[in-house]
Amino acid sequence: MFSFLEKNPFFFAVAVFVVIAYAGVIEVLPDFANNARPLDSKKPYSVLQLAGRQVYINESCNACHSQLIRPFKSETDRYGMYSVSGEFAYDRPFLWGSKRTGPDLARVGDYRTADWHENHMFEPTSVVPTSIMPAYKHMFKKTADIETAYASALTSKKVFNVPYDKEGQTKLGTYEEAQAEVKAEAAAIVEQMKDPEVKAAFERGEIKEIVALIAYLNSLK
Amino acid sequence: MHPSNALNYDYTVARYFMFSTILFGIVGMAIGTLIAFQMAYPDLNYLAGEYGTFSRLRPLHTSGVIFGFMLSGIWATWYYIGQRVLKVSMAESKFLMVVGKLHFWLYMLLMVIAVITLFAGVSTSKEYAELEWPLDILVVLVWVLWGVSIFGLIGIRREKTLYISLWYYIATFLGIAMLYLFNNMAVPTYFVTGLGNWWHSISMYAGTNDALVQWWYGHNAVAFVFTVGIIAQIYYFLPKESGQPIFSYKLSLFSFWGLMFVYLWAGGHHLIYSTVPDWMQTMGSVFSVVLILPSWGSAINILLTMKGEWEQLRESPLIKFMILASTFYMFSTLEGPILSIKSVNALAHFTDWIPGHVHDGTLGWVGFMTMAALYHMTPRVFKRELYSKSLMEMQFWIQTTGIVLYFASMWIAGITQGMMWRAADEYGNLLYTFIDTVDAIIPYYWIRAVGGLLYLVGFFMFTYNIYKSIVAGKTLEKEPANASPMAA
Repeated sequence: MFSFLEKNPFFFAVAVFVVIAYAGVIEVLPDFANNARPLDSKKPYSVLQLAGRQVYINESCNACHSQLIRPFKSETDRYGMYSVSGEFAYDRPFLWGSKRTGPDLARVGDYRTADWHENHMFEPTSVVPTSIMPAYKHMFKKTADIETAYASALTSKKVFNVPYDKEGQTKLGTYEEAQAEVKAEAAAIVEQMKDPEVKAAFERGEIKEIVALIAYLNSLK
Repeated sequence: MHPSNALNYDYTVARYFMFSTILFGIVGMAIGTLIAFQMAYPDLNYLAGEYGTFSRLRPLHTSGVIFGFMLSGIWATWYYIGQRVLKVSMAESKFLMVVGKLHFWLYMLLMVIAVITLFAGVSTSKEYAELEWPLDILVVLVWVLWGVSIFGLIGIRREKTLYISLWYYIATFLGIAMLYLFNNMAVPTYFVTGLGNWWHSISMYAGTNDALVQWWYGHNAVAFVFTVGIIAQIYYFLPKESGQPIFSYKLSLFSFWGLMFVYLWAGGHHLIYSTVPDWMQTMGSVFSVVLILPSWGSAINILLTMKGEWEQLRESPLIKFMILASTFYMFSTLEGPILSIKSVNALAHFTDWIPGHVHDGTLGWVGFMTMAALYHMTPRVFKRELYSKSLMEMQFWIQTTGIVLYFASMWIAGITQGMMWRAADEYGNLLYTFIDTVDAIIPYYWIRAVGGLLYLVGFFMFTYNIYKSIVAGKTLEKEPANASPMAA
């Protein structure tokens, strides 16, 4: 049987494909619909939070910080309630990470202030003296990409039926409405921040990346 | 064709890919060494502003080594081995020649754009699949060209039976094609809304589903690039180099089909204690342990090929590279299943043991085999003797020391981290803050960085040796039968 395959590349390739493909079908597919169900209390990200999430992704924060709390006492004591599937239903992509060089961030919104995050991103050792995290000063200079974040949200609403604008859910609206929403949300964060340049930029109508990132980190609860 | 009328194999494309293997090897490993030092000495993050931080460089390191160094190596050997085991020269087909060259140049274009975009922080954040959708399409194109090359050459073959190495090349091609396509499914947001960056996309899957697909891909990219593609090489080069036939055909068969059948399940072990259903975690765990059988099947088959000929290990550094590679393969494929056992995983997941495990596989198995392949090919492709045997010896020991420092330090660091994270006092309160666990492992980060540096130094010695062989090595009149010719 096998010597037959070795002389027939076509059937050989088909056989290999069948043998490698079956595992995906059995392992990945069965719980797909189940896994996609959001928790009742879970709302889609706001546009500003999504813009911050994009900053988080661009800087590969997930290379060092996980967002998945495992069901062990040591982890729930340290970070908070363990993670459940329904929390991640609006995460495209997921950001669990695979390595903790820094602590888990799944509940960081519960125990850090905007001020703390700001200092931490500007000069990590100012809040954690022996931190080995790089400083992300450029987040204080670069402007957050609100338009792309809005496009992300609208795409997930249109293509994946994420319940934006539904009763009791996050409001999205038109791009103009969303911009006003973003501005109001950013104002609340800038209010709590200390950096004069970020504040001045906000007065001029610019929202810096750090503001969006803090909005995202605060949403992790 | 008359048997005495030897074919003139055309190594043009093989040569291109040999150069890119070396180029990306240097780039990928140099960045790797830099980021290893960054973890021990964080000030190194500020060498190039936002473009020099650990987090920007990390995807560059992984992609550079996996898709630059290792894939180039696999392709260099394909364009060499393919012709020889199929008994057909690429020069016989203009079409396949064009496909081969296009394959290379499109790949170079892709890599250049990939480096630029990753530096700029354009990323989808999915590990080993960070490239945005326009580049994904380019990847698919490059991959299809390789497929055309494989099946095109098979189509005009003179040798009826496919040699074992070819099974593995075909499997590499099919496996990665399937995994890559499904994992990178995304919706470009600009085309839906007409707003924002045109290159931005969001994943087709959300949350737990995204994680499932990602680790089905992530682990099995390891399977089909780091494992299957490298086994293809050793099954050809070791018998050639040692003049010994493969130990057992039946064992080859068993381990090949076993590997194909079991490997794809192993992705689940990345998700133990996550939010995916428990039965999947258990399946991932169990199948990862079962995976020892086909993995060790291949490794034992390779090692027993040297039966009765072990003195070659003393005489030829090239054999030494290949045997150490197989030994590290056995080591790594035992360590992997151990890490997949739930209780071990609970301790080791998220710690530095994991990069340690990855690197004894990649540095020991993949790196050594790829370099051995290039060493074997050089005298035949460039018709020159290898430049220096003693330099090879030295390189071997320097790199081996590097690997040992790497995995030993990361084991200790990982277990230390895991134990400290869960340590509690007599009242059940956590004993350490997170930063305590970072402080504790800094010495091991130094050791790891030095280990990485030694490996990089060895790679420079390898590069120099190949370079000198090409420009200054003694010309060979005819191809050596086995055992690479070497100047003393």
